[in-house]
Amino acid sequence: MATFGNLSDRLSETFKNLRKKGSLSASDVDGTVREIRRALLDADVALDVVKEFTGKVRERALSDEVNKALNPAQQVVQIVNDELVAILGGQQRRLEFAKNPPTVIMLAGLQGAGKTTLAGKLSKWLAKDGHTPLLVAADLQRPNAVTQLTVVAEQAGVAIYAPEPGNGVGDPVRVAKDSIAYAKTKQYDTVIVDTAGRLGVDAELMKQASNIRKAINPDEVLFVIDAMIGQDAVKTAQAFQEGVDFTGVVLSKLDGDARGGAALSVASVTGRPIIFASTGEGLDDFEPFHPDRMASRILDLGDILTLIEQAQSAFDEEEALAMAEKFSTDSFTLDDFLKQMQQLRNMGSIKKMMGMLPGMGQMKQQLDSFDEREIVRTEAIIQSMTLAERQNSKLLNGSRRLRIARGSGSTVTEVNALVNRFEQAAKMMKTVAKGGVPQIPGMGPIPGARSGGSKKQQPKKKGSKSGNPAKRATENAALAAGTKSGADLAPGGSGFGLGGAAGSAAPTEEELASLQKFLGR
Amino acid sequence: MAQTSSWSLSGALKGMFTKPTIDETTWEDLEYALLTADFGPDVTEAVIDDLHAKVDRYRTTDPRDLQRMLRESIEERLSKYDTTLKLSERPAVVLVVGVNGVGKTTTIGKFSKFLGTYGRSVVVGAADTFRAAAVDQLATWAERGGAQIVRPQQHGQDPASVAFQTVDFAKRNGIEIVLIDTAGRLQTKGGLMDELSKIRRVVEKQAPIAEVLLVLDATTGQNGLAQAEAFIEHAGVTGLVLTKLDGSAKGGFVLAVQEKTGIPIKLVGQGEGIHDLTGFTPHVFAQKLVG
Repeated sequence: MATFGNLSDRLSETFKNLRKKGSLSASDVDGTVREIRRALLDADVALDVVKEFTGKVRERALSDEVNKALNPAQQVVQIVNDELVAILGGQQRRLEFAKNPPTVIMLAGLQGAGKTTLAGKLSKWLAKDGHTPLLVAADLQRPNAVTQLTVVAEQAGVAIYAPEPGNGVGDPVRVAKDSIAYAKTKQYDTVIVDTAGRLGVDAELMKQASNIRKAINPDEVLFVIDAMIGQDAVKTAQAFQEGVDFTGVVLSKLDGDARGGAALSVASVTGRPIIFASTGEGLDDFEPFHPDRMASRILDLGDILTLIEQAQSAFDEEEALAMAEKFSTDSFTLDDFLKQMQQLRNMGSIKKMMGMLPGMGQMKQQLDSFDEREIVRTEAIIQSMTLAERQNSKLLNGSRRLRIARGSGSTVTEVNALVNRFEQAAKMMKTVAKGGVPQIPGMGPIPGARSGGSKKQQPKKKGSKSGNPAKRATENAALAAGTKSGADLAPGGSGFGLGGAAGSAAPTEEELASLQKFLGR
Repeated sequence: MAQTSSWSLSGALKGMFTKPTIDETTWEDLEYALLTADFGPDVTEAVIDDLHAKVDRYRTTDPRDLQRMLRESIEERLSKYDTTLKLSERPAVVLVVGVNGVGKTTTIGKFSKFLGTYGRSVVVGAADTFRAAAVDQLATWAERGGAQIVRPQQHGQDPASVAFQTVDFAKRNGIEIVLIDTAGRLQTKGGLMDELSKIRRVVEKQAPIAEVLLVLDATTGQNGLAQAEAFIEHAGVTGLVLTKLDGSAKGGFVLAVQEKTGIPIKLVGQGEGIHDLTGFTPHVFAQKLVG
């Protein structure tokens, strides 16, 4: 839970007093392993898996690789991360399509795991890839599941095969079987069979599922499992493996704050890869599963890669090039600053993005109270400036600032804070653009990259990753200053008022910079 | 109810309670059993420390005593709070909330039947206007449970207004109990949680809300606590409903939820049949859990 902070913080705490020691003793490692065990249990990883896992970690942690590391805590986190990724399947697996269409995909899982919604998402995703999916309503158990699938099919804009009304009427095995013939005659190249939710212990329904499987001989059987599931994940997964022998797993409801340890349990117990992750209620909230990112999530290390990918897809490349040009020619203005901020909003909810940053797990509450309208206020301030002022922020003297504050309904303090923030950002971008190191957070090994430093910086984990110590120091200083200036100027009350926005804007700008750089090349 | 033994800890505990004496492995087995039942590291630790102290105090070495103490300890923890439903207002408005797919609609269906057997008239309000076909699903359940239903008048209507109309309908027709189904929402979605507060506010203008029931899925792990905390904050939850206890999950996390939040469990759901919902009795629950 959040109260414990994330694992890497806890480990750092455990190791704090060990810094002067040259090496780790067995008892030091045991303390660490206990922390890891607890973190994994808190993340709902099944106990057997935890035991096996901590055994492995302990062994590696006692070996030389940790003793020689500069920062043992980080090294241990790295080991844990590696091991997690290894269990989660190492790399992504894609859906396998049949040589002779139709490709048949069957969905199975507990009640309420999200099968019907997933059927819609999967079909939409396939349709976008140029397939012609057919949804089959073989959940004849739950009241109006057929109606729900019909609506979902309509939203996704795909065809549906629903010959039976459902609500306990009709034979799902027959429906599934007939659907294949139907798909062949109508030339659909993928068939997605939505089955009724069932409990692992319900022998009769499991038999039915296995009959459906036999009848349609699917190319993929996807086991849909809720990311919030607890220790029962293992038993359920085993029951489904015996019953329908699924070929892949889909993790649903990952948009909640569950750490999703179940993913680890299922992957490690059944040896089946997790193929997709479902992350929201919209039909587009669906993505291929990335084991490495999940590992970070289980450890509460944040999901920087996804964040960067989202950013990349939201940015207009041409605009990015123009922006990169601006950085290098030193003509970054408040106008550009505003444009960037607006672009940021396109990227989706800022809260969602910030939630993906490492260490933000413990800041959830502040995140919740963070007001996205803050950006609107910032916009108002910038738009209250004259064109000349926006081009050249140096023009802004006291009386101009007062006018802007009045015009935008804010205070001079707020205007000052904004200008400071902008100047910091501009400076930082210049450094980056002029051959600085692209600071894409999370590119390197995440844990090792932390500049071992002060507690203050840790929650942001935004330290420079420059190999050059001098550069690292200056860049970190710039960062720290950026955050601090915001915090100091924050009007009293919630720490996540304007100050919070400032703190969040500064790193985002920095990220933008690196992104632009990234895209510009 | 035929499968109740499957969610009991008794399987995991059988070995340890039949041994002649309590030894170190007994404690390990106990810890294992509690953790796999989703009690979570904190509660597990607390329960074991508590039992350790008791065993030392009474100087017992008989595992049967330990089993009894475990049962008592769990029962004691569960019965700290009042588990009776308070539906004395007329109309008594019950708001049913929870994350997606925990069984809110099914619970309402069963609950209306449950109330019907006590001779209460029930109306259900389909305020889940978001999920595809949720209204139809509720209508089917309402029919099975012998309740009336108030449907949204148009697609995507504001859930608060459906709730308002339902209470209004109950008042005009002298119906005793109002059950309002809400859309499933993850506790991390601020906007949707605010919507819940709004439903609450709007309903309260008409009649006081008798109960806000948070439905929790027994298969949920430690995230259950986060769910409960968020829903308590936004919806003012007064009771918990634990569903899907007919599976292999034991729902141990409710102990932590109850302990941390002080909200009692009021109903338990154990199957897809219309009668598979019962009131919560700590004694029976502990008995079944420990065996």
